[in-house]
This record gives sequence, C-alpha cells and structure tokens, in this order.
Amino acid sequence: MIEVEGLTKRYGEKMAVNQLTFAVRPGIVTGFLGPNGAGKSTTMRMMLGLDRPTAGDVRIDGQHYDRLKDPLTYIGALLDAKAMHGGRSAFNHLLCLAQSNGIPRGRVHEVLDTVGLTAVAKKKAKGFSLGMGQRLGIAGALLGDPRILMFDEPVNGLDPEGIHWIRNLMKSLAAQGRTVFVSSHLMSEMALTADHLVVIGQGRLLADTSMADFIRENSRSYVRIRSPQRELLLDVLHRAGIVVVETGGGTLEVDGHRPEDIGELAAQHRIVLHELSPQQASLEEAFMQLTAESVEYHAHSGAPLGAAPPPLPGDRPGPPTPGPQVPGPQWGDDWKKG
Amino acid sequence: MAATQVLRSEWTKIRSVASTLWTLSLAAVVTVVLGVLISLLSKNEFDKMSAKDRLSFDPTYISFAGMSLGQLAMIVFGVLVVSNEYSTGMIRTSLSAVPQRGTFLFSKMAVATGLAFLVGLVTSFVAFFLGQAMLGSHKAAIGDPGVLRAVIGGGLYMTLIAVFSMGVATMLRSPMLSLGILMPFFFLISAILGNVSATKKIGQFLPDQAGSKIMQVVTPIDDDVPYGPWGGLGIMVLWVVVAVIGGYVLLKRRDA
Ligand SMILES: Nc1ncnc2c1ncn2[C@@H]1O[C@H](COP(=O)(O)OP(=O)(O)O)[C@@H](O)[C@H]1O
Ligand SMILES: [Mg+2]
Repeated sequence: MIEVEGLTKRYGEKMAVNQLTFAVRPGIVTGFLGPNGAGKSTTMRMMLGLDRPTAGDVRIDGQHYDRLKDPLTYIGALLDAKAMHGGRSAFNHLLCLAQSNGIPRGRVHEVLDTVGLTAVAKKKAKGFSLGMGQRLGIAGALLGDPRILMFDEPVNGLDPEGIHWIRNLMKSLAAQGRTVFVSSHLMSEMALTADHLVVIGQGRLLADTSMADFIRENSRSYVRIRSPQRELLLDVLHRAGIVVVETGGGTLEVDGHRPEDIGELAAQHRIVLHELSPQQASLEEAFMQLTAESVEYHAHSGAPLGAAPPPLPGDRPGPPTPGPQVPGPQWGDDWKKG
Repeated sequence: MAATQVLRSEWTKIRSVASTLWTLSLAAVVTVVLGVLISLLSKNEFDKMSAKDRLSFDPTYISFAGMSLGQLAMIVFGVLVVSNEYSTGMIRTSLSAVPQRGTFLFSKMAVATGLAFLVGLVTSFVAFFLGQAMLGSHKAAIGDPGVLRAVIGGGLYMTLIAVFSMGVATMLRSPMLSLGILMPFFFLISAILGNVSATKKIGQFLPDQAGSKIMQVVTPIDDDVPYGPWGGLGIMVLWVVVAVIGGYVLLKRRDA
C-alpha cells in the first residue's frame, strides 16, 4: 500500500506536482497516467525519498521510505533503465544492491534467470541494448521479492517483444497478489494492463477510478451514419430534434441516440442508409478529453459561468461549440510530442 | 539498515569498476618511478650543491618527490569513486537501496579511504626504499629519527588527498567540474602561492603544503613554517573534514 497525501513539488517557479492525494492498493495493477511533463516521474521519485516534497507526504505500508529496514524488500522500483554504472557487470550491479539490503547472493542468480540475462551476467551493462538494460533494471526491482513494485514508463522505446514481456510480467506480479504501480503517457498501454487508474495532468489529480468506471464515464458513444440521401436525412433528423454532427467524407454522427431509433426514423421516410453503426470513442480520446478539460478549466478560471464546453481535441472535429475560444496551452500539444 | 551490509555493498561497487584499478595503480607507479628518477638525479647533483643546500638535503623527502604527480591520480580516484554515481545515474538506484544518506556516503568513503590508505602506504614504503637505493651514500635508513613517521605519513598524505577529493566531488557531483577545480588547485595554484613570497604565508596553509610537512625529516635551514609535521597533517585533516562535512550536508539536503 502506498499512500500519497497532499504531495506537492515545486522546482523554482514550476509546479511539477500539485496537491496529489491518492492511494495505491495491493493486489492490482494501478496505472499512473498523464501526458509528458505531468509530474509522474517526480511523484515516483518522491515516493522513493529521492526528491524531497515541497509539501505533503508519502507512506509505504504506513512508513516513510527512509524508515524502511532494507527497503528493497518492501518496494522494488524501475525508474530509469540507465540508472546504473555501465562499467559494472550485470551480476555485480545486482550483487551490490543485494548486499546493501541483506539479500542472499543466490537471489541474484534467481532474478537474472527470471529476466533472462543469465547468459550475459558477467558482461558489462554498457554493452546492453535498451531492452536488456530494462530487464536488468527490473531484475533489480525484483531482487528483494518486494510486495510493491513500481515502474516508470517501462515499455518506452522497447521493441514489440520487450513490450509483450513487460505486460505479462506486470500481470503475473499482480496475480501473485503484489501491488503494481506503473506509469505511462499512453492510455492504450494502460487499457491493456491496469485495473485501476490514477490520472494526472499538470501535476494535479484528474481521476482516481477503476478502469471500468473510467471507460464508462469518459468514453463517448455515438452513432455513425452514411446515406446517399444526405440532405433529406439531415432534414428529417433536424425535424425530429436530433443534433447531427457532419464529419468529413459525407459521414454524419449522432450523440445520445440508439442506432435502432435512427434506423426506424430513416425507414419511415424511406431513406437509404449505407451505414448505421454504433461507435465508441477510443480510450485515448477519452483520456485526452479528460486532460484537455483540466487545461480548459484552468484557462477558464475567472471566466463567467456557463462558458462553453471545451472542443474535443483530436483529428475529428467535435460538435460545434458556441462561445469564445479561449487561447491557452493545449494539453494535446504536450501529448503529441511524446 | 546495518552499516556492515552497506560497507560490503560499497566494496563490491569499488572492486567491480575498472577506474579503481587504473587510478590506484597509476598513483603508485607514478609516485615510485618519479621518486626513483629524482633520487638518482639528486645523488648526481649532490657534489655540485652549496654547503647550505647540503645541510638541508633530505633523502627521505626526496624519495617522495614523485607524489606531486602521483597525487593527481589519487585525486582522480577520489573524484571518480563518488561522481561515478552521478554521471551514470546510479545514485538514484543506490539511494533507493540505502535511503539513509549518511550511511551511504560514509560507507562509500570508508571503503574508498581504506583502499587508498593501503595503496598509499605500500607506495610510500616502496618509494622510500627504492629512492634510498638510488641515493647511494646519501641515503637515510628507516630507523633514523623521524624517518618511519615520514614514510607512514606519506601513506596518510595520499589517503587524505583522496578523501578531500571525495568530499569535493560529493559537493560538486560532476566529475569534470571536480577534476577541473582540484587538478589545477593542487598542481598549479598551490605551487604558485607557495613560491611567491607575498603569498607564501597563505600557501603554507593549503592542504597539500601543510600535509606534506609530515614527509619531511630534515628541516630546511631558513624554514619559517609555523607548524611541525603533525601540526601540518592536522591542518590538512581540517581541510578534509570541512570538505566531507560540506559534501554530507549537501547530499542530505539535495534532491538526488
Ligand atoms: N529536477 C527538475 N528540475 C526542474 N524541473 C523539473 C525537474 N524534474 C522535473 N521537472 C519539471 O517538472 C515537470 C514534471 O516532470 P516529470 O515528473 O518528469 O513529468 P512526467 O514524468 O509525467 O513526464 C516537467 O515540467 C519537468 O520539466
Ligand atoms: Mg517521466
């Protein structure tokens, strides 16, 4: 169990982490999601006592990190796969970590085996590929057989095989009843591995929810329609009081109505449909919408009540929004860079 | 966290990187070889010396002449032991494993200091005996008054140079910055301050000049240094303590 309370970190003028409060519960994979620069790595560094919080507190199983006796046996972390001396062999790298926490030497061989590095145990880490370095870092995290594991963007830069291996590893660790806390800037990655989600944007907590609830609450479902009698259909839908969004290529989209209703309405007016399909906005879009709202809310603060809802980011134009467009930092800018 | 665990871990760290071997062996080889050459030259020069210079002739001190260069390798050793952690990013892994930063730093320094003392002491004895062998009839014996103190002092001097470098590197973190300050400081600035009469008084209190007094057996004729061999070493120890405390305070406060 990791408990974060009012955690805040300021670097000079920059608020990297702002009043975060959440808990990471045992036995599940908790995804820590946020665009690049949201403050995920900073939060994780504070969890390990590496960076000192400006305010707030982190407790691991009820204790401060530096109060843990042999911390590697409580919590294993992979923050940065390159955080090791390249001139040291994989074996010696793990051995010095093991010795510092009173972990027997035999365990080093075990974890090398687990991550598949036994054959290169005597080789210097600087000759390792990114994937091998990542595996060595993970071996270090597993060394103390800890109940809690923490990974910062573990699949970044890995090849498909490496990504697959890490996903399975995280799932099997959670299945053994361990607490797994993993960060990513990609919703799609979280959707595949996480049971619970903590979403942050610009250092603030945006959501702390189960994956299922997050999907239900945040994804927009709509109906996509194509028809050769487009003008007639628009007319009919309009008269029925149904709001239609025209997207490119002659496609129409309708929010908040079942495909059955629209199909029957079209049939009544003998309109030919080439497509009538229920759609679910992707999780990536839901995530972007959530974080975009936080940016918008931020930019709107002080604006009169009843200001326009934010436009939906992404390539697909959202529903027309009346009211002024507020300029300001767009969350998506950051995200696209990542 | 048991300190013995951390000491064992730091020993594994130090013995498993190449820089330990090459810096320490360079320090030993340079000190001995240069000491032998200068001893040989001094023997040949002796007959041409003035009476005053002959009275100040210190065969023990001459055999340690190579230390002025050999200490630079000791500085590199001390700097790399600490700043390797920062330049590789290992520091975050290390402090995750040992979050008590004092335990981490002092275990690391204890292991590196022990190793530096061992190498320094052996180097000092070898430099002395080989140097004396070159000096022929002008040589000193290990049993002469003050000689054993000077030879052991040579080992202490090399050790303290390494510890001072560790303290400075802990403060500065970057190996390039640490070496860029320490190398010119010991190789140029100290020598310049010590040789210009106006600054000589200040130069006497720099760590290397004060510390090297321990290796002197014969006091030069017109010597006006206000401290003896142990007083000089004490001044050097003060410098080292300040550097180590400075490093500890910064490490304790800083984000890793
Ligand atoms: N040591 C630091 N000094 C100054 N700014 C920092 C430091 N570390 C992180 N930041 C800033 O804090 C913000 C959050 O960074 P980070 O925690 O790395 O985000 P994430 O891991 O979510 O991408 C960024 O704007 C980053 O530039
Ligand atoms: Mg990050």
